[in-house]
Amino acid sequence: MAAPRPLHRALADSAARHPERPAVIEPEGGTLSYREFDALAGRLRDRLAALGVGPGDRVGIYLRKSIDAVVAIFGILKAGAAYVPVDPDAPPARNAYIMHNCAVKAVIVEERRREQFAAEFAALGELPPLIVTEGTGGGAPLARALDAAGAARPLADADNAPGDLAYILYTSGSTGRPKGVMLSHENATSFVDWCSGLFTPGPEDRFSSHAPFHFDLSILDIHVAIEHGAALVLIPEERGKDPLHLARLIAEQRITAWYSAPSILSLIAQFGRLPEHDCSALRLVLFAGEVFPVKHLRTLCEQLPGPRYFNLYGPTETNVCTWYEVVPPVPPERTAPYPIGRVCAHLQGKVVDEKDHPVAAGQEGELCITGRGVMQGYWALPEQTAQGFLVDADGTRWYRTGDIVVEGVDGELTYRGRRDRMVKRRGYRVELGEIEAGLYRHPQIKEAAVVALPDAEAGVRITAFLASRDGQPLSLIALKRFCAEQLPLYMIPDQFSWLDALPRTSTDKTDYQRLKEVA
Amino acid sequence: METGIDFAREVKQYILDEFLPGENPDDLTDDLPLISGGIIDSIATLKMVLHFEERYGIVLEAHEADKEHLDTIRDIAALLASKAG
Repeated sequence: MAAPRPLHRALADSAARHPERPAVIEPEGGTLSYREFDALAGRLRDRLAALGVGPGDRVGIYLRKSIDAVVAIFGILKAGAAYVPVDPDAPPARNAYIMHNCAVKAVIVEERRREQFAAEFAALGELPPLIVTEGTGGGAPLARALDAAGAARPLADADNAPGDLAYILYTSGSTGRPKGVMLSHENATSFVDWCSGLFTPGPEDRFSSHAPFHFDLSILDIHVAIEHGAALVLIPEERGKDPLHLARLIAEQRITAWYSAPSILSLIAQFGRLPEHDCSALRLVLFAGEVFPVKHLRTLCEQLPGPRYFNLYGPTETNVCTWYEVVPPVPPERTAPYPIGRVCAHLQGKVVDEKDHPVAAGQEGELCITGRGVMQGYWALPEQTAQGFLVDADGTRWYRTGDIVVEGVDGELTYRGRRDRMVKRRGYRVELGEIEAGLYRHPQIKEAAVVALPDAEAGVRITAFLASRDGQPLSLIALKRFCAEQLPLYMIPDQFSWLDALPRTSTDKTDYQRLKEVA
Repeated sequence: METGIDFAREVKQYILDEFLPGENPDDLTDDLPLISGGIIDSIATLKMVLHFEERYGIVLEAHEADKEHLDTIRDIAALLASKAG
């Protein structure tokens, strides 16, 4: 087991060992070597320190996915602060809420987002200092922003304690507001070390960076690659769902380790024309975030028989906490999804019933996880944090995943479903309550209830049931556009259905069971 | 070469039939942002592209099949016309 250490030490170490190796590659925007990457991140560290940022602070990242954004992550860490990445395409009001919620001490933001963000933030509180870049790409815009700010005194990297926060990732919250998952340096480095043991990465590896940086899959891509002096190949978000482009990129960039949500791999298997490409460098295919439809996994394994396949499972609160290796070929008769497997070596798990008593193998129960990878809690939400953990008599804190699993006779865990109203869609966590809260902001909507049902093709299908104030349905186009202003695009329901009034249970609650039957 | 096909009309009709049944066609203007406006998602867009590729025997390059080129009916129609011409 490697010693606890600041997460960013990996960059200084790799820069010392492999100064001229490529560290971060933007296929259409350039490459930074480890030496250049470390130097630019150091300049940002110094600038942030001059603004008063240090250990115990948080800094927001409001940038398109780019070399500039990766440098921002490490500059913030080197300054000792925690980074808070937001989805640059999400509604500005949501991003302002996030940055205000965790009281960022500074924000690195693109010029084209600055005005709207500043206006939204001003409605909540006093705007912190901004480091503004003219666009993003290759690191040059960030370098120019630092040039313009003038010279700052060069400092050493912060020597954070293992329990200091390294990043906060905001996920969908059931009350309609996103909540911040607080993750420490030790949470991250223990996960990186576990990955190192299983995947044996090296400087020759080329990791795909498909997940956006506000999504926890990015932790593996970025931090495992940098730990080992490997290359990180950034896939811009606007290209991230184009299977033709992705298949070609895997071949042209000689990707050795791919990691994404299954929905993306399903698209590549169906539409990517993989057999036309030489993907022989690929040795690892990792997927997480939702159940992989077996039909599409079979197709993928047939087209790409070379790499090893790993199904990784875990909520943002623990990062990956169980793993299962799928060994191709996928038998033609198999229809059941693969297990989520065994608990990772740096963690411990138990499966409990509704009274929190451990259940026997073969019995369904909620998976609870403890260990060095588990989050400290939700930012400024002590009640939700307390509800999120099961605490043993000896004080051990077990994170309640909310996922119902069953342990097979072989010791492998299989996912069965959720305990609450959260679903996974294209790898993203979606609280149905957050969609409802967004719909209720429409002045014409009197009642809203959202249900999700499994779908063989898409994984899950989300239907919104609505009642309007005047009893007339709204235009679907207008309603969808309203949703796009309130919610991230992946939260917009697939279907809208109008009722005179929502069905009620005998205790006058929304009757979700009946709505599911109707859907 | 002029193909004589009104691509904008074809695309509009396809979107109405597939994704917006029962909607007022007048609300679906040629400049409405389709993907960024949340009207259709990127996977639906991909299926639409495949449909038109098959129908007109054309092939879109990977770099053409992104949000930048496909966010409005006008963009999609222009792209299809340039390929079919």
